[in-house]
Amino acid sequence: MEEQDLKLDGNSAAGLFRELFSFELTTARGRCDNCGAVAEVGAVLVFANAPGSVLRCPQCESVLMRIAKNGERYWLDVRGITWLEIQA
Amino acid sequence: MARAAVLGRLVLTPIRWQLCDVAELIDETPQVKTIILDAPDWPGHRAGQHVDVRLTAEDGYQAQRSYSIASAPEDELLAITVEKLDDGEVSPYLAEELRVGDKLELRGPIGGYFVWDAQQGGPLLLVGGGSGVVPLVSMLRHRAAVAPSVPARLLYSARSLDDVIYRAELDGFDVVYTLTREQPAGWTGFARRVDDAMLREVADPNAEGLAYVCGPTRFVEAVADGLVGVGYAPENVRTERFGPTGG
Repeated sequence: MEEQDLKLDGNSAAGLFRELFSFELTTARGRCDNCGAVAEVGAVLVFANAPGSVLRCPQCESVLMRIAKNGERYWLDVRGITWLEIQA
Repeated sequence: MARAAVLGRLVLTPIRWQLCDVAELIDETPQVKTIILDAPDWPGHRAGQHVDVRLTAEDGYQAQRSYSIASAPEDELLAITVEKLDDGEVSPYLAEELRVGDKLELRGPIGGYFVWDAQQGGPLLLVGGGSGVVPLVSMLRHRAAVAPSVPARLLYSARSLDDVIYRAELDGFDVVYTLTREQPAGWTGFARRVDDAMLREVADPNAEGLAYVCGPTRFVEAVADGLVGVGYAPENVRTERFGPTGG
């Protein structure tokens, strides 16, 4: 299996986001802290084959967010996102 | 009970697993089955959304996968369509072991990005690779139910005619097929992977409207790039990739 086959997108993380947030996150817009590109979360790249999910910028492929879950505990690393604009 | 279409913005309630009854099983192709579900607490969905399905083994081990919803929001019962991946953890069970009357655990609807509501209008260009056609057919069914005047065309890439899902139903829609691996005798349609020349021929000549692309990652990326190449505004091209973890 090639790495390309393991690349998904933000749609695949929608269920995980629903566990954590009360708003629909895949239609939120976020800014990549590395390159400044703005994208809807549904359109970012997701690699779910790591221990956890890694979200990457569709423009520069920098890490936007990492989410790991173990039992009832979640870890969120959001250092790659400058801001998120969420439709309430 | 009729399922109400949920239009516009969703008020999100905490997402919970629920048990549904398997009401009917339909063989679509040798590898693909549609599962019709009676979901008593189903809040309604939007075309393009998916559900998560969870299987629990006797020893407590759980496996979870996402499947696109095939039914329209207007349909009475919820339908998902599952392609059996031979080395998959969940799809072989769904395709081979599941029986009418069994219970299936799922949660949803999920997703808001790869969604089409009739009031978004068109024209609509839907491009599906393999079982990537499932959420697109939900959109076509939704359109047929509430907005049949919105122009919509489906470009469907399948390996062969026998691999085409919903074939009889799709006869009633504007569908362009490309059969990439095997073509019946006398086939005059496309017989290659979707490329820019094909998109130019099939897409709206002014690249107007909305495009939705769903399929394997490489298919989606090639088609999305191609659509931007023929003039579609990038923000009007919505994509959903699925991969081997979907099995």
